[in-house]
Amino acid sequence: MARARKAEASEGKGSDTGVNAFVSKEELLKFYQSMLLIRRFEERAGQLYGMGLIGGFCHLYIGQEAIAVGMQSISSKGDQIITGYRDHGHMLAAGMDPREVMAELTGRAGGSSRGKGGSMHMFDIETGFYGGHGIVGAQVALGTGLALANHYKGNGNVSYAYFGDGAANQGQVYESFNMAQLWKLPVVYVIENNQYAMGTSVERSASETAFHKRGVSFRIPGEEIDGMDVVAVREAGARAREHAASGQGPYILEMKTYRYRGHSMSDPAKYRTKEEVDEVKQTRDPIDHIKERLAKAGVTEDDLKGIDADVKRIVAEAAEFARTSPEPDPSELYTDVYLEAAQ
Amino acid sequence: MSLDILMPALSPTMEEGTLAKWLVKEGDTVKAGDVIAEIETDKATMEVEAVDEGVVEAILIAAGSENVKVNTPIARLAGEAGAAPSAPAPVVVEAAAPVVATAPVASASNFADPEIPAGTPMKKITVRDALRDAMAEEMRRDDRVFLMGEEVAQYQGAYKVSRDLLQEFGDKRVIDTPITEHGFAGMGVGAAMAGLKPIVEFMTWNFAMQAIDHIINSAAKTLYMSGGQIKSSIVFRGPNGAASRVGAQHSQDYAAWYGNVPGLKVIAPYDAADAKGLLKAAIRDPNPIVFLEHEMMYGLEFDIPDVEDYVVPIGKAKVRREGTDVTLVAYSRMVGFCLKAAEALAAEGISAEVIDLRTIRPMDHVTILESVKKTNRLVTAEEGWGPMGVGAEIVARITEHGFDYLDAPPLRVHQEDVPLPYAANLEALSLPSVDKIVKAAKTVCYR
Repeated sequence: MARARKAEASEGKGSDTGVNAFVSKEELLKFYQSMLLIRRFEERAGQLYGMGLIGGFCHLYIGQEAIAVGMQSISSKGDQIITGYRDHGHMLAAGMDPREVMAELTGRAGGSSRGKGGSMHMFDIETGFYGGHGIVGAQVALGTGLALANHYKGNGNVSYAYFGDGAANQGQVYESFNMAQLWKLPVVYVIENNQYAMGTSVERSASETAFHKRGVSFRIPGEEIDGMDVVAVREAGARAREHAASGQGPYILEMKTYRYRGHSMSDPAKYRTKEEVDEVKQTRDPIDHIKERLAKAGVTEDDLKGIDADVKRIVAEAAEFARTSPEPDPSELYTDVYLEAAQ
Repeated sequence: MSLDILMPALSPTMEEGTLAKWLVKEGDTVKAGDVIAEIETDKATMEVEAVDEGVVEAILIAAGSENVKVNTPIARLAGEAGAAPSAPAPVVVEAAAPVVATAPVASASNFADPEIPAGTPMKKITVRDALRDAMAEEMRRDDRVFLMGEEVAQYQGAYKVSRDLLQEFGDKRVIDTPITEHGFAGMGVGAAMAGLKPIVEFMTWNFAMQAIDHIINSAAKTLYMSGGQIKSSIVFRGPNGAASRVGAQHSQDYAAWYGNVPGLKVIAPYDAADAKGLLKAAIRDPNPIVFLEHEMMYGLEFDIPDVEDYVVPIGKAKVRREGTDVTLVAYSRMVGFCLKAAEALAAEGISAEVIDLRTIRPMDHVTILESVKKTNRLVTAEEGWGPMGVGAEIVARITEHGFDYLDAPPLRVHQEDVPLPYAANLEALSLPSVDKIVKAAKTVCYR
């Protein structure tokens, strides 16, 4: 029977002390580092875009950091992650080298796709990151296929298919839901509901705005989670993974979140008010939130300075690498179109 | 150390803009992420955020200034050591040597057909069973290979191509899908990315238009976009082209469509031996393959060498009949039409050479060229529409590489430029026929 639980169920557990049985102080510090890295990385990417070093489309993850980091914390070795074009945060959370990600943004030989993919098309089998897909909704069918492979191999792994409130209206999402539940595939669908599909609010594009209910007619359970609280994300992620890995089939997590920047760098975001954005930044910021938890756990601002400096250095190095890595050799034009047959 | 804040570009095409408003003044302290100014372009007003902390040392461009070029310093920040560098280091971009556009030929390591020892017995087999045997043999050989599609398992295949596979391999490896081409094609590609080797059957290629996004955007392009990391070893297969009286939506030939796409290999066999040998090669190939079968060919019997593991290399055309006066090039069912046309032409004293393309991409134009050097005349035949078609590509290549060998303008035989009609007489008028091929061959021979 499909369940639609509310965020209250998981929100604020252990909030008196900031830590609980589910998350230690050390883990919180790790989450803080990872979330701050994503934010500073994205700010720097925005700056490099402004300098003309990054071309084309560039979709920043600022504001949504708790989702990638919280989900990564429950991921097991061999699990796969797949997402759409707002992918930098997921790659960093998965553990990809920030230098290679930034160098891909600048289209350089040192990039993770050697400059041939760009912002929306990066991959890393080592960390289980399967892209990085530019066609809205495609990652849902592909991610369900990754789950089909796990099921086929019986390896106990789970795939996490991330998509937004916009992609949630694509037909192939429901084709995938149907088959995933029919065949009990180990996949967790993570809907990052940041309220806007480019310039169109969920109210203007969705007849049912409670996206965690979108699996009901396929008998897929779903939950709505505060996606700005990394601990709530982690707890929900663990429940979802357990469900999927134990042979019960797919699970839907709707993460309520917000993107601070425009849809892409060239979007002035006129479809929402400055007050709305400021309100979220001031009251729901995921990094402020984890800082509060850390404070309750006895960690002071001073204690965080070392992490801040580390993150700053990592991002500066990534930017420097991305600026100085050479462009791909012209001979790269014709490589990687086909693989040679082994026979 | 101090650092310059530069006029940012806010879109791929922005070159200059208006510095509308400063939200900080000299002496203010800013943190990373603080909005410090607003700029305007013809399209939008955007906020400029500080990317580092520091004290605003100087505002270099006054509010209200228009036509400020991108990358002009607009303010100076007294930052701390290790802050963002002041200006983009000049990017050394060496003038790229002109790239000689030699598109790589996706090559098979061995271009020769398998050697058939003298005395090898031949057996008669339908194209349908040849395809089935190919899948069964490869599934026995490699447990990563599985088949998914509509009606492939319990129903034994809409055209019975997967007959008995469920019984032998079970429902884990022979998977009935719902009617959901977009979804299951995408899942097939995802499974291939994870290292499996799916065979995705479409009940007809017409339905694969629901799935074409995954065939092209997900399967064909990802190896390149990932810098060689993510491969999709997957075969998409099913009947292609016109059946009989099924109307426009069930009768299209997609060879030219998929043949247009780098990253795909496109195969369209004619007889049972090639159907088997090429499908086995396709399943083993590490690249995404579009395998175009033909409903009207499934029930036809051909001789096939009775050998173990008959594999035909991808990418090599085959001369099906030798001749000296005109070269006829076709693929799939049209090869049979050309062979019949050659018989008719022989009766009129014209010796036609018939080339079976077998693989659309990579296209073996060398075999065609060698033939044209001999015959000096070229006719192509395909079931698809003419414009931007396979015949158009063949003619372009032969014109590029063999212009001096041509004694007459090449002709293309193809479906008329209309959606395929239902009425029997109109359908016949629309499709290529042996007569049309004979007529075209006589025309290029000035007969």
